[in-house]
Amino acid sequence: MSPTMTAIYVFTLACFVGYHVIWGVTPALHTPLMAVTNAISAILVIGAMLVAGSPQASQSVWIQVLGFFAVMLAAINIFGGFVVTNRILAMFKKK
Amino acid sequence: MNLSHDFFAFAYLVASIMFIFGLKGLSHPKTALRGNRFSMLGMGFAIVVTFFHPNVSNYGIILAGLAAGAVIGVPLAMRIKMTAMPQLVAALHSFVGLAAVLVASGTYLMHVQDGHTNPVLLTELVVGSAIGAITFTGSLIAFGKLQAVLGSAPLIFRGQHALNAVLIGAIVVLSAIFAYDHSVTLFVAVTAISLLLGFLLVLPIGGSDMPVVVSMLNSYSGWAASATGFTLNNQLLIATGALVGSSGAILSYIMCKAMNRSLMNVILGGFGTTVEAAAADAAQKSCRSASTEDAAFMFENASSVIVVPGYGMAVAQAQHAVKELYEQLHSRGVEVKFAIHPVAGRMPGHMNVLLAESEIPYDSVLELEEINADFARADAVLVIGANDVVNPAARTNKSSPLYGMPILEAYKSKMVYVIKRSMNPGYSGVENDLFYLDNCSLIFGDAKKVCEGLVNCLKAN
Repeated sequence: MSPTMTAIYVFTLACFVGYHVIWGVTPALHTPLMAVTNAISAILVIGAMLVAGSPQASQSVWIQVLGFFAVMLAAINIFGGFVVTNRILAMFKKK
Repeated sequence: MNLSHDFFAFAYLVASIMFIFGLKGLSHPKTALRGNRFSMLGMGFAIVVTFFHPNVSNYGIILAGLAAGAVIGVPLAMRIKMTAMPQLVAALHSFVGLAAVLVASGTYLMHVQDGHTNPVLLTELVVGSAIGAITFTGSLIAFGKLQAVLGSAPLIFRGQHALNAVLIGAIVVLSAIFAYDHSVTLFVAVTAISLLLGFLLVLPIGGSDMPVVVSMLNSYSGWAASATGFTLNNQLLIATGALVGSSGAILSYIMCKAMNRSLMNVILGGFGTTVEAAAADAAQKSCRSASTEDAAFMFENASSVIVVPGYGMAVAQAQHAVKELYEQLHSRGVEVKFAIHPVAGRMPGHMNVLLAESEIPYDSVLELEEINADFARADAVLVIGANDVVNPAARTNKSSPLYGMPILEAYKSKMVYVIKRSMNPGYSGVENDLFYLDNCSLIFGDAKKVCEGLVNCLKAN
C-alpha cells in the first residue's frame, strides 16, 4: 500500500470515529466543543515545526519566516483554544 | 538521539487517541474538564515528541513561535467575554486557515530547494493551501460580521454564484496544471483565488445564519489540518483534522435542521432581506402590552415558569439579571426552567454558556426536545430576546418562510410574556404570530432593565 493510500485509510476511518464521537456530545457543550476542536485543529503546529525547524530553513530566510508565523498562529490557537475551553467548562462544573 | 519513524508514528497514534478521549469527555458536563485535560496532554505530547524528529534541527524559531503564540493566546482567552465567544472562535479559525497556507507554502519551498517534487505531493500541497486560504478569509468575514465591523446584512450582487463557480473551476484547473509544472506563479495564483473565494462565500450569508457559518468554518479548519497531514504524510494531522472536520460538519447539519433549511440554501445566502414587507403588515394587528409589575405578580404566583432566552439576552448582557430573577423565583418555590433552541445565539450552545457563566445550574437548562412537552403545563413563559424560535407560524402558516422549522412551543402555555425593545420583526424578517395571541403580552424595554425591574418588584413584595 502506498503512503497516500494509507493516508486515505486513516482519513476515512477517522471521519467515522469523529462522526460517532461528536454525536455523543451533549448540545449544552457545543460551544466548548467548537473551542476545543479549534485548539486541536492547531495540531497543524507539528507541520509548522517541521517547516520552521527543518535543515532547509537554515538556508532560506523565506522558509524561516513562513515557519515562524505558522508556529505562532497555531500556538495562539492551542493556548487560546484550550484556555478558553477550560474557562467555559469550569462554569459548567460549579453546581 | 536517533529515533525510528515508527517511534514517531506510534507517539502520534497515542496523541490521536488522547484527542478522541478528550472529545468523548464532552458527552457530559461532569467529564468534560477531564476530557479537556486529555486533549491538552495529547497536544503537549505531540509537540514535545516532534522536537526529537530527525527533520527538526533548528529549535530557536520553533520556541520563539510557541512563546509568541502563548503570549498572544493566553491573555486573549482569559479576557474574552462569553458574549463575544463567536468572534473569538471565528478569529481562531482564521489563524488555523492562515497557518495551513503558510505550512503548505513552506513545505513547497523546502521540496523545491531539494528538487524532490512529484504530482501527488504538489496536488496535496496546492489543495492544502487552497482550503487554508478559503478558511482564512471566510473566517475573517465571519469575524467582521460578528464583531459588527461589517454589516450583518447579506451582501448580494448579480452573477455572484456564477462568479464563485468560475473561481472554483479556475482553482481546479490551475491546481491540475501545477501538479505537473510546479511553478511558483501557479501556486500563488491558486492561493490568491482561494483567498478571494473565501471572502465571496461568506459575504452573502446574513447575521442570523452565523451559527451555520461558524460551524462550517470549524469544519474547514479541520479539513485544512487534514490536507496538511496529507502533504507531510503525517497521520496525526490527518486523523485529528478529520475529527475536527466531522465535528464542524455535524454542527452545521444540526444548525440547518434546527432552521429547517438545507445547507445549500444557507450557503447560497440572501436570507433575511424581506424586513420591510413584514413590518408594513404588522401595523394592522394589535397586541397587548404588560407592565413589569403585572408580569412579576404572575411569575410569583405561578408554580412553574419557563424562560426562553435568545440572542437579545446576550446583546443586552442580561444573563446576570436573569440569574437574579431565577433565584428570586426559586426561593419562592417556583419551578424555573430554561428552554434553549439549537440556533439561539450566534454559535451552537452559546446560550448554555451564558447561563452557565451566570451560575444557573445546568440541569435546569433544557434542550428543545426535552422541554417542548412542558410548555402546555407551564403557568407562565418569559421570552427574553428570542423571536423566530417561538413563532407559531412555523407550525400553522404554510406560506411563512419559517414553516416547518422546529420551534419552542411557548404559545401553548397559559401566559407568555415577551421582552422586546420594539415591534421590529426577528432576523428572518418574518412577523411573529405569537405577539397577537390572547395569552401573550409584550413588555417593552431593554432585556436587562426589564429583568432587573422584575427582580425589584419581587424583592418589594
